[in-house]
Amino acid sequence: MHDVIIIGAGIVGCAAAYSLSKYKLRVLVVEQGPDVAMAASRANSGIIHAGYDPPPGTLMADLNVQGNAMYPDLCRKLDVPFRNNGSLVVAREGEEEQLEELLRRGRANGVPDLAILGRDEVLNREPNIAKDVAAALYAPTAGLISPWEMTLAFAQVAAVNGVTFRFNTRVTGVLTEDDRIAGLETTAGRLAARVVINAAGVHADLLAHMAGAERYEILPRKGQYLLLDKELDGWVKHTVFPLPNPKSKGVLVLPTVDGNILAGPTAEDILDREDNSTTREGLARVRESALQLFPDLPLNRVISSFAGIRAVPVDGDFIIRSSARIWGWIDAGGIQSPGLTAAPAIADKLIRLVAGLIPLQPREEHHDRRSTLRLRELPLQERQRWIQRNPLYGRIICRCEGVSEGEIVDALHGPVSATTLDGVKQRTRAGAGRCQGGFCQPRLLTIVARELGISPCAVTKAGPGSPLVAGRLNKGGAGDEE
Amino acid sequence: MGAALEARRLGVGDILVIERDKFLGGILQQCIHNGFGLHLFGEELTGVEYAQRFIDAMQREGIAVMTDTMVMEAEPGMVRAVNADGVHEIQARAIILAMGCRERTRGAINIPGSRPAGVYTAGAAQRLINIEGFLPGRRAVILGSGDIGLIMARRLTLEGAKVEAVAEIMPWSNGLARNIAQCLDDFNIPLLLSHTVVEIHGHKRLEGVTLARVDDNLQPIPGSERYIPCDLLLLSVGLIPENELSRQLGVAMDPVSQGPVVDQYLHTSVDGVFACGNVVHVHDLVDFVTLESRRAAAGAARWLARPKRGRCIPLKAGDNVSYVVPQRISVPAEEDVTLLLRVRRPLRKPEFILRSGEEQVLRRVRPVALPAEMVEIKVPAAAIPGAGELEILCRGEKR
Repeated sequence: MHDVIIIGAGIVGCAAAYSLSKYKLRVLVVEQGPDVAMAASRANSGIIHAGYDPPPGTLMADLNVQGNAMYPDLCRKLDVPFRNNGSLVVAREGEEEQLEELLRRGRANGVPDLAILGRDEVLNREPNIAKDVAAALYAPTAGLISPWEMTLAFAQVAAVNGVTFRFNTRVTGVLTEDDRIAGLETTAGRLAARVVINAAGVHADLLAHMAGAERYEILPRKGQYLLLDKELDGWVKHTVFPLPNPKSKGVLVLPTVDGNILAGPTAEDILDREDNSTTREGLARVRESALQLFPDLPLNRVISSFAGIRAVPVDGDFIIRSSARIWGWIDAGGIQSPGLTAAPAIADKLIRLVAGLIPLQPREEHHDRRSTLRLRELPLQERQRWIQRNPLYGRIICRCEGVSEGEIVDALHGPVSATTLDGVKQRTRAGAGRCQGGFCQPRLLTIVARELGISPCAVTKAGPGSPLVAGRLNKGGAGDEE
Repeated sequence: MGAALEARRLGVGDILVIERDKFLGGILQQCIHNGFGLHLFGEELTGVEYAQRFIDAMQREGIAVMTDTMVMEAEPGMVRAVNADGVHEIQARAIILAMGCRERTRGAINIPGSRPAGVYTAGAAQRLINIEGFLPGRRAVILGSGDIGLIMARRLTLEGAKVEAVAEIMPWSNGLARNIAQCLDDFNIPLLLSHTVVEIHGHKRLEGVTLARVDDNLQPIPGSERYIPCDLLLLSVGLIPENELSRQLGVAMDPVSQGPVVDQYLHTSVDGVFACGNVVHVHDLVDFVTLESRRAAAGAARWLARPKRGRCIPLKAGDNVSYVVPQRISVPAEEDVTLLLRVRRPLRKPEFILRSGEEQVLRRVRPVALPAEMVEIKVPAAAIPGAGELEILCRGEKR
């Protein structure tokens, strides 16, 4: 019996798990994918928004501004790189009034230190920006993180505090008795629980329906992105937005916390909730829109493209509530942008909702810190110390990102460790650089197999059904199955 | 290794070769096909055999080697490398850059679609098969008709996989003619010119690709799409010189060759830093890489004996020439100078003209020139002027 089961190991589910892990509760996270942050939490802009965008009085506005204030401290505690780069919303001549409107909205939401900058100041801060910019709304509290790393950090600390994670497990039914939650039916069998938190992202409305809770509707909306080489680090400094349109914040151009440049997303309403494929038209639109902000953006330095699906609530605002119909069912649905920013504040709100159902007793002793070894960020002389401890830290496997075999081995062990090649890539950046794994992938395959104690033929890119190779060579040809 | 051996032959005593892989030889170690060494040894060797000749010679000469070692930082006069023994700071009066190149990826050419397992660069697949011993897939489409793609079409077929097609976006192949004959024609593998992959399908493992014909502007023609089921897509869509260390050293770069700007001694813009092989420009034959490495070694040896450099005159790539190496010439030229260049498009009876201002310095006619095949032109030392600017251009009939 679990006190709380969280459905979904995205940023919201993992932030909730982290917050709940500070209490004496048996908590389980079930996730249909092979790892944390497999959907919207992986493929988004990685922005910690200041909070001038959501309409005042909404949950989105409140939780955005609260979450923004929580991140600098959280990132220090959990050793997640945070870059407080500030954001700019740029306007052309004749559009300045719209900046004033955003400024008013931001002040109503309680966003600190907003200012409107004139053309010269914008060009001074962002020298490569389009020369026809007239003014910009500057939000100094906006920042950048790796959304994936943040989700992992929440999950790892939660795991150290006793939360269990079940990956590759899909929820197929919700068990209730007398309108109370009894548990979940999953592909890994029945799981009993007193409380269920539905943080299933783009599938949350379907699960709420399945549970018999109040209905709502989520529209899947695709966003496509282009990622540029990090040799361009510094070319774009702020998170640069065009003026927002009714549907989205538009296609933006920003640095990533790792020093790449990111351009995107598009905003395309789609039907298939898992269709995260990129399209020729979509990527063309990203290029076109990005060039309007940065006419000289070196698009020949694109190293990768990807798409994510945001869970857009039809009614506009986040849906975070305890069900009045099904005791023990808590929804955290429709968490689209600024969901990443709001996540720690959403987690706090979820704790209060859980406390309204079952008693919470703080754990006297719990972990609230994490540290990660990132050798590439250390001066070479410090690397010497680590190599003396473990020679594998001196064997560089990924040349583009300078990742050692020791770091890869570390990623495959310990709490919420990698079980797939993508998992290793996310945790270490091995294969995430400009050659996109062309050089290191065959080497990673053998290291992952060795460390997990499985055949290289069983190593997957991203979970069951995605093997990297078809088999071993044999004398007769055509490869052996294993 | 070619540069190290030549430097030793020229009397340089203290030489160190640093290699990131576990063994010497680089990419040659996964090239188990033949065709290497025809120019240099007059024999058809495999890549592995070609490399072994150099490895054996290195051992005979007792040249120091650090394998499994990655150079992390470089500055003029010094490199810092990392291996399992620790961090090494190594001083050198001359540094020769020979890091080779890497393959362009799916991201660089922006193929839309999903992101399943089963999409590999041709070189990564070659390593998986020839060194690690795995079959990456059973039913393949290959995008790009560069030499590695062609060779992998044959290699996969020999291992029992079915290669459905090799698609090439250009109206001509970028591979050597002999590879098209021996790797595709001999195995009835269709080469689809003016075709590209417009979409990748499959959520977990690759399930298929959509191919389309392209127009003269290389844009897909609507209505020409066709779906091919496959579990493997290999990309052979170009090579990029790997110049991260060169940039760290502050070496001036040629935006077209994507390698350092060098003179005829393969001396870069930074004193004491030389470069050779695919890091300078992508070659099609290893024999030419070796010859270039010897010139770089000679340049380095000359620099060690007398660390002074003369004046340089620029050599520009003119009409129909995409790039030329060297991009500048130290004058007065003491020896004949070898120019290596590529044409922009296939030309019949091309006429190569080297000129200084309006004055023709040299004229060479060849039967044919293809972008896929590097052109070598020897210029006698006496023909090179002591001042001004040089330009090499090409005239010829379109093929």
